[in-house]
Amino acid sequence: MSSNVVLQVENLHTSFFTRAGEVKAVDGVSFYVREGETFGIVGESGCGKSVTGLSILRLLPEPSGQIVAGKIILEGKNLLELSKKHMRAYRGKMISMILQDPMTSLNPVFTIGDQVGESVRMHQDLPENMVEAEVIDALRLLRIPAPEMRINEYPFQLSGGMKQRVVGAIAMSCRPRLLIADEPTTALDATIQAQYIALFEDIQEKTNVAIIFITHDFGVVARICDRVGVMYAGKIVETALTRDIFKNPKHPYTIALIKSVPQLDRKDDQLFSIEGQPPSMLNLPPGCRFCPRCTVALDICKEQEPPEVKISENRSVSCWRVK
Amino acid sequence: MATKILLEARDIVKHYPVTRGLLQRTVGWVRAVDGVSFSIEYGKTMSLVGESGAGKTTIARQILLLEKLTSGSILFEEKDLYKMTPKEIKAEYRPKVHYVQQNPWSSMNPRMRIKDVVGEPIYVNNKQSKKDVDKDVVKLLEQVGIGAEGINRYPHEFSGGQRQRIAVARALALNPSLLILDEPVSALDVSIRAQIMNLFKDLQKKFNLSYLVIAHNLATVRYMSHSVAILYLGQLVEYGDSETLFARPLHPYTKALISASQLTLPEDSEGKAKQIILTGEMPSPLNPPSGCRFHTRCSEANERCSKDVPEMRKVGKQLVKCHHYE
Repeated sequence: MSSNVVLQVENLHTSFFTRAGEVKAVDGVSFYVREGETFGIVGESGCGKSVTGLSILRLLPEPSGQIVAGKIILEGKNLLELSKKHMRAYRGKMISMILQDPMTSLNPVFTIGDQVGESVRMHQDLPENMVEAEVIDALRLLRIPAPEMRINEYPFQLSGGMKQRVVGAIAMSCRPRLLIADEPTTALDATIQAQYIALFEDIQEKTNVAIIFITHDFGVVARICDRVGVMYAGKIVETALTRDIFKNPKHPYTIALIKSVPQLDRKDDQLFSIEGQPPSMLNLPPGCRFCPRCTVALDICKEQEPPEVKISENRSVSCWRVK
Repeated sequence: MATKILLEARDIVKHYPVTRGLLQRTVGWVRAVDGVSFSIEYGKTMSLVGESGAGKTTIARQILLLEKLTSGSILFEEKDLYKMTPKEIKAEYRPKVHYVQQNPWSSMNPRMRIKDVVGEPIYVNNKQSKKDVDKDVVKLLEQVGIGAEGINRYPHEFSGGQRQRIAVARALALNPSLLILDEPVSALDVSIRAQIMNLFKDLQKKFNLSYLVIAHNLATVRYMSHSVAILYLGQLVEYGDSETLFARPLHPYTKALISASQLTLPEDSEGKAKQIILTGEMPSPLNPPSGCRFHTRCSEANERCSKDVPEMRKVGKQLVKCHHYE
């Protein structure tokens, strides 16, 4: 593995222990992110992509949600071995997160300056008179116009796109090594979404931060991600460079998913659709999890789970059909 | 060809007053919809596209008569809705126009069984016995691909895609001619979206339904619609048939929207260079910019755009509101 890997997740298992039984939300997920790289996790709701993000930050709702096995290695340190107190020092400083809805991730009764300043005060040993300059710097990094004025404003005074930039400023204020962005553009309008993505590419170039981009939208993936992992029912079924995923998808689920996204430059009379629904996480099929919806399933698919096969440097697929 | 038109909006305007102080004096107007005209033909789909705050939902509310227009008129089967009596509206208009909401989790009463959710419009409008209504409900559910065993279940027992199907069944209960679909698939997962969009298309063919689709995802719109109206800050900026509009967008805003929804791969530097990224955000409808409302964000704007209000012009088969096409 090259030396500039920032985060390596190995065989992560995260479960929720509910009254109805153990829900294996993340079931053996491995991936890595390099410095300055954006790794996308794509999947439908309930496939475990957000839980993967929360597991890295160790922010699962305890006691029901627990990391059962695996390693999460950030720059050589296994986060799962850290004490709670030590982990707190990592959050916001080394790893930060942007959530989907900026309306709920900001506190309505504190000013923008207070909220961006909170993480600066917490993690950087700065005299109070320098905090403000640091906050303004962070706002400027996110290209928020007139940051000197904005620090005294409240979230309700900003538009949705601006609020999401403030959330980004909080996340970037301590120059983290890893940023986890969980559907950060889903709540934004199309033209604002394009702005936000362009902004993040720029920030990544400036700060060399590694980004994990969690989304369900292949259009967003195409724009920002260098590599992608496609998740289905708690497992990554295919990992590849973004270019390859679109040009030559291998896993039947990836193929079907890409085909079912309507495209602007193509008008089909009938959209391709995947029959059925994702399985319930409490009652998973015995073999390959996609098997009940797969059109090219073999006999073996019903009985045994396919192993992850590495087919090239950047590519691995879990499917019995791919050798 | 006048008979082909099911619903027509003529220059509709909706301004909301902004009041302040103890006496609730009006201090300004939010120009949510400011002079919009369009028509929907029988068996066809028209889409209204725009960002949040553009006035899409306000237009839908006007058509559903949930609010009164400030000015303008809406014609349904050539009758002016504002000249119909409340009785006529209830008998002739309400059963024919239905609304399917974005979020199938909040559009159904969680305490009602599916047979009551879908059957309610039938109870209210036709005085039928319970047994007959149940039979109708089973038929309706079959049309949207839900088995008869579902009628005694509750909404929480269904997945998002299935709920959206149930919402469609409810909208179809009274044999409507127009369905207003407000972001019908954006709350659903990618793999389910295609199923639901196909369902809408099939139903349209089967019952000669007209749709008014409200959406912000252009790829969805292209797949579903026959004509498209692009809305910006309460006004139409471009309106035309879907094929031509996507093949040859005229208005700079339409171009930017299309560019924002196009698939560009990270390595595709040529595609990236062509990408149009708008600066700034949509101005407030409380105080819209002078001249062309889009000029504050337009890369092709000149001095004239900030002064003169452009007229809607016919260019080829499209209507466009821009000074660059004179």
